[in-house]
Amino acid sequence: MNEVEVVEVPRAEEEYSESFVRSVFFVSINAGKVLLESGAETYRIEDTMTRIASAYGIANTQVFVTPTVIIFSINDYSLTQTVRIDERFNNLARVIEINGLSREISNGLPIKKAIERLETIHETPSLPLWIMIIAAGLASAMFLIMFNGVPSDMLIAFIGGAGALLINESMLRYTRIKFFTEFFASFYVAITATIYIAIGFSLTEMLNTIIIASVMPLVPGVLITNAVREMIRGHLMAGATKGIEAMLTAVAIGVGVGVVFII
Amino acid sequence: MEYILQFLLAFGATIGFGVMFNAPKNVLIYCGLAGGVGWIIYTVVMNTIDQNIIAAFLGSFVLTIISLLFARRLKTPVIVFIVCGIIPLVPGGLAYQAMRHIVTNDYQLAIEFIFQVGLVSGAIAIGIIFAETLNQVYYGIKGKLVRS
Repeated sequence: MNEVEVVEVPRAEEEYSESFVRSVFFVSINAGKVLLESGAETYRIEDTMTRIASAYGIANTQVFVTPTVIIFSINDYSLTQTVRIDERFNNLARVIEINGLSREISNGLPIKKAIERLETIHETPSLPLWIMIIAAGLASAMFLIMFNGVPSDMLIAFIGGAGALLINESMLRYTRIKFFTEFFASFYVAITATIYIAIGFSLTEMLNTIIIASVMPLVPGVLITNAVREMIRGHLMAGATKGIEAMLTAVAIGVGVGVVFII
Repeated sequence: MEYILQFLLAFGATIGFGVMFNAPKNVLIYCGLAGGVGWIIYTVVMNTIDQNIIAAFLGSFVLTIISLLFARRLKTPVIVFIVCGIIPLVPGGLAYQAMRHIVTNDYQLAIEFIFQVGLVSGAIAIGIIFAETLNQVYYGIKGKLVRS
């Protein structure tokens, strides 16, 4: 195969074969893709991708990441690709995995091995759904006490939090529109809490506290904070996008709860 | 005694979120510690000066410093600890109050709560960035001193 001819751009000191450059490109862009899908911050993704490329001796790369798209170019070899990302959720195990991979690459991991590692990264074990649901329920029960609730309401907070996550996750399998899943999940939380108090099980009738605690697994707290962090670091586009995403989630939760209040 | 209970609760809640975010088992305890410490700082400040913005800032600042230490020790990206750890500090209750007042047509109070949500989450973010930047500057200066 002929090498790509680039005339005006300053060339790297060493010439690499096209297949090698393409492999580096593959590793770098896929690492970025996995990171973005797992909820890493955009500046960290840009940093990792540039680092991987430069570890293999390829300088003069440009990368632009927003929460929905990655544009990556190796300018010296006139390679550019755009990757669109539709689904993002927090998966810290993958972030750790890619971080380890990038660390090994800077310590001189051969490109063939790096590709193998990337291809198996989707097999990183993910916890089964029921464990996540129990975790959400327990977290809600603990939040209830942290927000000055009473221990007798812990059970309903558990049911609320666990049910909210269950509804959200199981509906997400059928529709991509997060607004609706979050709406129904928070509607469920509000209606169970209201019924619980209407029946008279509660000793204190702290409806607000119960709802706040149970809705916590849905609240986009990490998104809001990350939006501000991205903006302060100068990634205005990513910050604005994340901020709007967080606002939509908050509105969905608010409407879901609000409908119950209106009824 | 009260603080120990609060610490344990935040510890548990943070681990719960760590599980939901699919954090590996060996870092879960550290996530919990970070979350617990952040929440304790927040509660102590709230009980002494009753300013939730300052409390959120200090909470996330200390939380990030601890997370940075863990990250260095465990060779794990710092985001893992921060994402789990800030969950107790996040102004979910305030956001809820804001939305509740909007649906009940009480816009004056709603705006007040919306402003508070913005300020508190801004304070959390600035706390994180302060700690991260200090860390960078510290290691930058240290690196220069070692080289020279």
